[in-house]
Amino acid sequence: MQLVAEALRKDFFRSSGESNFFTAVHEVNFTLEEGSLVEICGRSGSGKTTLLNMLSGLLTPTSGRVLLGNDDLYAMNDKARSRARNRSIGVIPQGQSALHSLTVWENVVLPIELYGKRADGARIDMLLERVGIAHLANVRPSELSGGEMRRMAIARALAGDAPIIMADEPTGDLDDENTEIVLTLLREIAHAGRAVLLVTHEAEAAKYADAVYRMNAGVLERQ
Amino acid sequence: MRFTLSLCRKNLIGRPARACAMLLLTAFLSFSIFGGSVAILSLRNGLEGLESRLGADVIAMPYEAKTKFDLNTALLQGNPGYFYMNRSYLDQIAGIEGVEKVSAQLYLASASASCCSYAVQIIGFEPDTDFTIQPWIRESYSGTIGEGDIVIGANISMPVSRTLTFFGMDCTVVAQLESTGTALDNAVYGNIDTIKRLIAASEERGLNLFSNINPDTVISSVLVKVYDDYDAEAVKDYINVHVRHVVATQSKNMIAGVADGLSGASRIVIALIAAIWALCLCIMMIANTLLMNERRREFAILRVAGASRCRLGGLVMAESALIDLIGSVLGVALGALIVFPFTGAIRHGIGLPYVLPAYGTVAMLVVASLLLTVLAGSLTSAIAAVRISRLDTGVILREG
Ligand SMILES: Nc1ncnc2c1ncn2[C@@H]1O[C@H](COP(=O)(O)OP(=O)(O)OP(=O)(O)O)[C@@H](O)[C@H]1O
Ligand SMILES: [Mg+2]
Repeated sequence: MQLVAEALRKDFFRSSGESNFFTAVHEVNFTLEEGSLVEICGRSGSGKTTLLNMLSGLLTPTSGRVLLGNDDLYAMNDKARSRARNRSIGVIPQGQSALHSLTVWENVVLPIELYGKRADGARIDMLLERVGIAHLANVRPSELSGGEMRRMAIARALAGDAPIIMADEPTGDLDDENTEIVLTLLREIAHAGRAVLLVTHEAEAAKYADAVYRMNAGVLERQ
Repeated sequence: MRFTLSLCRKNLIGRPARACAMLLLTAFLSFSIFGGSVAILSLRNGLEGLESRLGADVIAMPYEAKTKFDLNTALLQGNPGYFYMNRSYLDQIAGIEGVEKVSAQLYLASASASCCSYAVQIIGFEPDTDFTIQPWIRESYSGTIGEGDIVIGANISMPVSRTLTFFGMDCTVVAQLESTGTALDNAVYGNIDTIKRLIAASEERGLNLFSNINPDTVISSVLVKVYDDYDAEAVKDYINVHVRHVVATQSKNMIAGVADGLSGASRIVIALIAAIWALCLCIMMIANTLLMNERRREFAILRVAGASRCRLGGLVMAESALIDLIGSVLGVALGALIVFPFTGAIRHGIGLPYVLPAYGTVAMLVVASLLLTVLAGSLTSAIAAVRISRLDTGVILREG
């Protein structure tokens, strides 16, 4: 499944200087093809998360469109858009993203069970194995380290079999070894036919990417 | 839906302190509304019972009773006071225009009985003319009430056909009365012959309790029923003016004091319920809102996983409904545990007639209390639910 951004722009209210607006993302045109891993890097505050949130249907753009396959994400109502995200886009948000009343396993199968489906146990086991937290399946997130929680979030984004994966600094608090595990995993997923968008500061990541974009004060440029 | 419920359950178990606090608040809501409404209905029942139990429209007593008799004391402490007048007044009053029925009663000092830890009030009545006591006999009793037979008040726990002993004299319990919620429930009633024998028995034992009371010639009060199309007040006035040494009172006025006490007590209960509800609902509203702020990220994560805004609102409402339901059941159960076993203590404590409502009414109160509590609890979380569903996920996720 393909994801296309057409002239995507986001303004935030911020009354400073001469304007009341602050443009976090300037007219971005961008295509995420299936089977490819695209990296977006850029300075802190350059608008990467803002762009990713718009692409994943979590933040309504000021103007422009996001096409998920043939459907305009923001032409849908919230219910349909949420359903589409659940089905088609696995998001690894920036920062901590555990539900503390659920176990690691329950956290991971959340996108599947949210719509009443049953998770395939063996597949989830494999996934947890892959990100190295299989032994923690029945533990609560409060007992996890930051890195383990991160990997749990990655497993969750992958669990639902969404054709598009968006990761916002997924290796932020991982050591080198685990960073490599995660990046390799994302690469593999892309190979297997999914579309992967990776926002990262990691210089390493370029090696794994099919294309690298740089975000600079809200302007996206291909490197 | 199944997922929502299981997530609710896990959220509640995952934060036991939070859940318990909310549970307690809702329990308090349902406890107060259930306990309070049972109390109010019981008071009202007590008053209604009292009104109909008095039966007579006008009560005439010897003039000295004016200072000795106080209905409140009579009803609540079971001590009507002892005063006597000549039996001839009965016929005199019966002859007054507008009077349909008259019947005499004779109050004897209370006595200890074999049955009870408290003193039992002995009242003489005349089964043939009586219209205030026999209608209230539990399970219709068709036999006559003869010498040595007694009718007992609802509080005296003695099965029918057993005997009660006063001054060494055995009296057969032939019937028991419905509860009035007053001290009248501690009384026993016997006909004039029974009273005569009781007096004799007490004298035999050297007790000087009832000296110079001759049940053949004296009575304590005359109960008067006025024809429907006659004015009870006019009859009362007539007696006061024309029958010397007798004072008549309309029973409606006699219980006015009790009625005032009852409505005062009801008002206090209502005010209490209102205060508890206002306080609890405020706390719940604030707590829900604060909790929602604390849980913003949790909800953002659900959004990321694909939950719609509607779904989040639903989750919040379901969680609160679950808590409200459990809490309100707990509260009602607690209320029932206090209200029912301690009915007697409550009656004593407030010193007002107090008769529990019928089972059907209580069942309705249970359902209504549960519904109201769940509804009110849901309202306090509705605001939070709406706010949660409007949250801007993008913004929350940036908060890290
Ligand atoms: N809701 C908002 N209101 C106002 N300004 C916002 C809002 N969200 C983002 N911004 C601003 O938009 C700019 C881009 O923010 P964004 O979070 O996209 O940066 P980023 O590239 O992801 O940075 P980082 O690498 O630190 O995560 C920042 O200057 C930020 O202050
Ligand atoms: Mg960011």
